[in-house]
Amino acid sequence: MFEGYTATELGSIFALQGFAGLILFSVFLLMALGLAIIFGQMGVINMAHGEFMILGAYVTYLCSQVIGNYAPALFGVYFFIAMILAFFASASLGAVVEWTLIRHLYKRPLDTLLATWGLSLILQQVYRSVFGAREVGVNLPQWMLGAYRVTDLIEIPINGLFVMCLTVLITIAVGILMFRSRWGQQVRAVMQNRVMAGAVGINTARVDQMTFAIGCGVAGVAGSAFTMIGSTGPTAGQLYIVDTFLVVVFGGAGSLLGTVASAFTIAQAQSTMEFFLSGSMAKVLTLLTVVGILMLRPQGLFQIKVRR
Amino acid sequence: MTNDTKWTVDRRKLLAGMAAVPAVGMAPGFGHAQATSEVNTTGLAVTDDKVTVGILHSVTGTMAISETGSVQAEKLAIDQINKSGGVLGRQIEYIQEDGASDWPTFAEKSRKLLVNDKVAAVFGCWTSASRKAVLPVFEQYNGMLYYPTFYEGLEQSKNVIYTGQEATQQIIAGIDWIVKEKNPKTFYLLGSDYIWPRTSNKIARKHIEKLGLEVQGEEYFPLEHTQFNSVINKLKLRKPDVIYAIIVGGSNVAFYKQLKAAGIDLSKQTLITISVTEDEILGIGGENIAGAYACMKYFQSLDNPNNEAFVSAFKEMWGQDIVIGDVTQAAYLGPWLWKLTVEKAGSFDIDKVAEASPGIEFTEAPEGYVRIHENHHLWSKTRVGKARLDGQYDVIYETAELMEPDPFPEGYQ
Amino acid sequence: MPERIAFLHRKDVIGILILAALLLVVFPLTLDSFRLNLVGKYLTYAFVAIGLVLCWGKAGILSLGQGIFFGLGGYCMAMFLKLEASSPENTAIQTTPGIPDFMDWNQVTELPWFWEPFHSLGFSLIAVILVPVIFASIIGMAMFKRRVGGVYFAIITQAIAAILTILIVGQQGYIGGINGITDLRTLKGWDIRTDDAKFLLYFVCCFLLLGSIVLSFFVQDTKLGRILVAIRDKEDRVRFSGYDVSNYKIFVFCFAAALAAVGGAMFTLQVGFMSPSFVGIVPSIEMVIFCAVGGRLSILGAVYGALLVNFAKTALSENFPELWLFAMGALFIGVVMLFPNGLAGLWSAYVAPRIDQVLGATRRRNAITPIDPAATPGE
Repeated sequence: MFEGYTATELGSIFALQGFAGLILFSVFLLMALGLAIIFGQMGVINMAHGEFMILGAYVTYLCSQVIGNYAPALFGVYFFIAMILAFFASASLGAVVEWTLIRHLYKRPLDTLLATWGLSLILQQVYRSVFGAREVGVNLPQWMLGAYRVTDLIEIPINGLFVMCLTVLITIAVGILMFRSRWGQQVRAVMQNRVMAGAVGINTARVDQMTFAIGCGVAGVAGSAFTMIGSTGPTAGQLYIVDTFLVVVFGGAGSLLGTVASAFTIAQAQSTMEFFLSGSMAKVLTLLTVVGILMLRPQGLFQIKVRR
Repeated sequence: MTNDTKWTVDRRKLLAGMAAVPAVGMAPGFGHAQATSEVNTTGLAVTDDKVTVGILHSVTGTMAISETGSVQAEKLAIDQINKSGGVLGRQIEYIQEDGASDWPTFAEKSRKLLVNDKVAAVFGCWTSASRKAVLPVFEQYNGMLYYPTFYEGLEQSKNVIYTGQEATQQIIAGIDWIVKEKNPKTFYLLGSDYIWPRTSNKIARKHIEKLGLEVQGEEYFPLEHTQFNSVINKLKLRKPDVIYAIIVGGSNVAFYKQLKAAGIDLSKQTLITISVTEDEILGIGGENIAGAYACMKYFQSLDNPNNEAFVSAFKEMWGQDIVIGDVTQAAYLGPWLWKLTVEKAGSFDIDKVAEASPGIEFTEAPEGYVRIHENHHLWSKTRVGKARLDGQYDVIYETAELMEPDPFPEGYQ
Repeated sequence: MPERIAFLHRKDVIGILILAALLLVVFPLTLDSFRLNLVGKYLTYAFVAIGLVLCWGKAGILSLGQGIFFGLGGYCMAMFLKLEASSPENTAIQTTPGIPDFMDWNQVTELPWFWEPFHSLGFSLIAVILVPVIFASIIGMAMFKRRVGGVYFAIITQAIAAILTILIVGQQGYIGGINGITDLRTLKGWDIRTDDAKFLLYFVCCFLLLGSIVLSFFVQDTKLGRILVAIRDKEDRVRFSGYDVSNYKIFVFCFAAALAAVGGAMFTLQVGFMSPSFVGIVPSIEMVIFCAVGGRLSILGAVYGALLVNFAKTALSENFPELWLFAMGALFIGVVMLFPNGLAGLWSAYVAPRIDQVLGATRRRNAITPIDPAATPGE
C-alpha cells in the first residue's frame, strides 16, 4: 500500500500514526485511571464506571450551555471550569453510592458487579429522562477546534494534544496522591490489610469512601474530556466498559504502572492494526491478543506482591 | 377519491391553525361512517367510533436516540388525522410498545400487538434487524407495518409499506450529482460494520466503477467504535477526492469530531454521507460537520408550504428546539398513507389495504409528493443537502423526477 | 414418603412436582397461546440460570459470557432450520437458489463448508450441545489450568462475548450479521410457526427443563458437587488435598454451557430466529441476574427467578415503557443488598419454617393418631 509515495509523505504518515497511537493511549489511560483506583485498589467491579464518565460529560454540556448563554466572555476557558465541576459531581455521586451501596459489599466483590450494573441501568434512565434520549452536542471554544499544522502533511489535532496533556497531569496527580501523600499511604495500607490498618488507627471506612469518590471523580474528568472526541448520550457510557476493564486487568490490577503500560501496549497495537487492516478486524484481533496474553499470564503485565 | 380532495382542503386549514382548531368542524365528508361489520371483516380492533393501531419503537436502550423522533412524528400524524375526522369516521387510538433496542423484544411485542390487541396497522421499527425480526410475525398473522427508515433494500412484503428510501434511491442520484458537480476521480468508502452500510457501499462501489472512477478503499468499523484517528491518517495519505461515509449512531459523533480535529476541512475535502440527518448533527455539533453533503429525501429546511406546516405543527407539539430528520418525516408519512389507503379501500381489512396501497398518492407530504409503488416502497425525490454551522442543511439539489424504488437492483448485487 | 429418593431430598421432590404442575398444568390452562409462548421463551433463560447456579452459586465461578453458549446453541439450531427454510423451491427468486437469503444478498454463491453438515438434523442436535461445550472447555482449560478465577474470569468471559459479537456482526455473508438468522419456518416439514406447534414446543421445553433440573440435582448431590462447593469456599485446601481443582471447574463450566446451549436451541425453535444480540454483554449479565434473583444457591429458585424477572420486564415495559430500566436497576441492587440469596433465600428464611411448623404440627399429631401417610399433602 505504500508504493507511489515519497519518503517525506511516508515519514509524515508514520509520525501521524505514532501520534494517533499516543492519543489512543491517552484516551485508554484516562478512562482506565479511575477504574484502576476503584477496581485495582479496592477490588470493586464498578460496571457503572461508564455512567460516571457520562455524568462528567453531561456536566460539561450543562456548563457549555450555561456559560455560553450567561457569561459568553468566559466561554474560552469554560472547559476548565467544566472539568473541575465534573470531577466534583462524579466524586459526590461516587461518595453517595459508596455510602449507600458499596460499603456493604466489600466482602463480596462479584456482587458489586451486579449492584453497580443495576446502578448503571438506573443512571442511564435518569440521563434519558433529564436530558432526553437524543445525544447532546457540546460546543467547544474556538481555540480547541482544528489542528496544529507542523508541515503540510503533519497536522496535530489540538483536542488530541489536550487529552494527552490532561492524561499526563492526572496520571502524575494520581501517582503522587497514591505514592507520596499520607492519604495514599493509608489507601495502600487498607487495601493490603484492612484489619491491621484499622488496628493502627486508620479510619478505614473513611479511606474507602474517599478512594471510591476520587476514582469516580477521575472518571468524571475523563468523561468531560471525551466530549471533545466522542458522543454524549444516555447509553454512551457502555461503549467504554469492556475496553476499560481490559486495560486495567491487562496491566495487572493494583498496579498503577501496569495500567499505564497496558494502556500503551493496547493502544499502539490497536492503532497500528487499524492502519493496516479494516477497523472491525483490528478491534477483534486486539481484543483476542489481550485475552490470549491474559490466559498465558493471568496476573497481567505487572503484579504487586501482596501477602494474603 | 373525492374524499381525498376534500380532506386535502381541510388539512391545509387544519395545519395552519393546529392548536386553535378543536375537535369541531370535523369534515362533513367523513361523517359517512360505514357499519363496522362492513369495514372490518377480519376481527381487527375497530369499533363504530374507534380504531386501534400500534406504535412499536425503542424508547429505551441504544436505539432510543434515533427512534424517539419517529414516535413523535407518528403521534403527531395520528393526532392530526383524529382532529380532521379520523379514518372512515373513526378516531385512531394507539397502543405504544417499547422494543427496547432488542430484536426479540420487537418480535414479541409485534405478536402482542397483532394477536392480543388486533391492531389495524403498526407504525414502527427502525433498524433492519428489528424489521427482519418482526417480518415473519407480520406475514404469519397478516398485519400491516409502516416502516420509516432508509434501508438496504433486498426485501419486499405484502405486509410492509416502506416509507423511507431503499438504498439505490438514496445512493445513485447522490453519486451522479457529486460526479457532475465536483468531477472526482477517487472515492473512499467508510461504514459501520453491519448490513445497511455494507449493502449501500456495495451499490455505491458498483455505481462508481460503472462510471469509470476509482474506489481507493472500503472500510468498516464495529458499531459504537469511537477511535478513528488511524483511518483518518489513511485518508490523509490516500487523499481521495470524495469520502463516502455511512457511519451510524454514536460513532458518527466521534468520527466527525476527530475528522475536524485532524485538520480535514470539509469545505475543501468533499464528504458525502447518507447516514447523518439533522438528529445526528445535534450530537455531532454543527461546527464539526459544516460543509459535508448528505444525500436523502428530506431535510427540515425544505422550502414548501407542506413542510412549513409540518415543521410548525411538529414544534408546536414537541417543543421549539426540536429538529426533524429524514426518518422522522418518513415516519410521519406512515399514518397518513394508511388513512388514505383505508379510505380508498373502504375497509380496514389488511388484505384490502395491501391491495389498495399501490398508487396511493400523498400530495401533502412534507417532502412534497409521494406515491406508493407496486413493490410497496415509495416513489420519492432524492435531495442533496449541505450541512450548515447551525446544524441544518441547505438543500442544494433535488432530482427532477421521482426516483423509482428498486429494492432488488439488477447489476448492483 | 421417605426422606430421600435416590439423590433427591424429599423437599426437592416436592419442589420439582410443584414446578412441574405449574408449568405443565396451571400455565397451559390459564394463559392464552401468546402468553404461553412468552413463558416458553422465559423458560429458555431458566436453562442458563440453572447452569449458573451450579457454576456460580455452587462452584463460585461467575461467567459473564453465558450468552456466548446460549447463542452458539441457538445458532446451531437456527442453521439447520434456515437450511430447511431455504430449499431451492422456497428461494427460487434468488440469484443462487438453495442457499440462505442473506448469503445471496452478500454475493456468497456457494454454501460455506461449515454449513454443509447442518443439513442433517442429527448432526445439528449434537452440535447444539457439542459446539458450546468444546468452546467452553477451551476457555476453561486455558483459564482454570492457569488458575485464573473470580473477577478475572468474569471480565475475560465478558471480553470474549464482546469479541464474538463483533465477529458475528461483521460476518453477515456467512452467518447473517446483525440481523441474525431469521425467518425460520419448518422442522422436518413441521411448521413451527403455528399455534399448535408453539403449544407443543412449550411442552418440549418444559420437559427438557425438568430433565435438566433433575440432572442438576444429581450433579449437585454427587461427590463432584460437594467438591465444587469446597472449591468455592477454600480452593487451595481442596488442591492440597490432592484434587485437580481445574478439571472440576472445567466440568461444571462445560455443564453450564451445555444447559445454556439447550436453552438457546429451544429459544430459536420457539421464537423463530437467532441474532447476535444474545451473545453480547448485556444479555449475559441479565442472565446472571435471573439466577441471582431466584437465589444463586437454589436450582429451583433460578427457574422462578427467570420467570419472575421476565414477567416483570414484560409487564413493566407494556405499561410503563420508560420506567422499566429503573425497576430493573432497583431489582439488581435490591437483590444484592437486601436478599443476596434471592427468592430461595427468602423462602427458606421466612416461608419454609412456617410450613415446617405446620407440617411439624401435623407430624406430631400423626405420631399420636396414626393417619394414612399418603393422605398428607405433597406426597
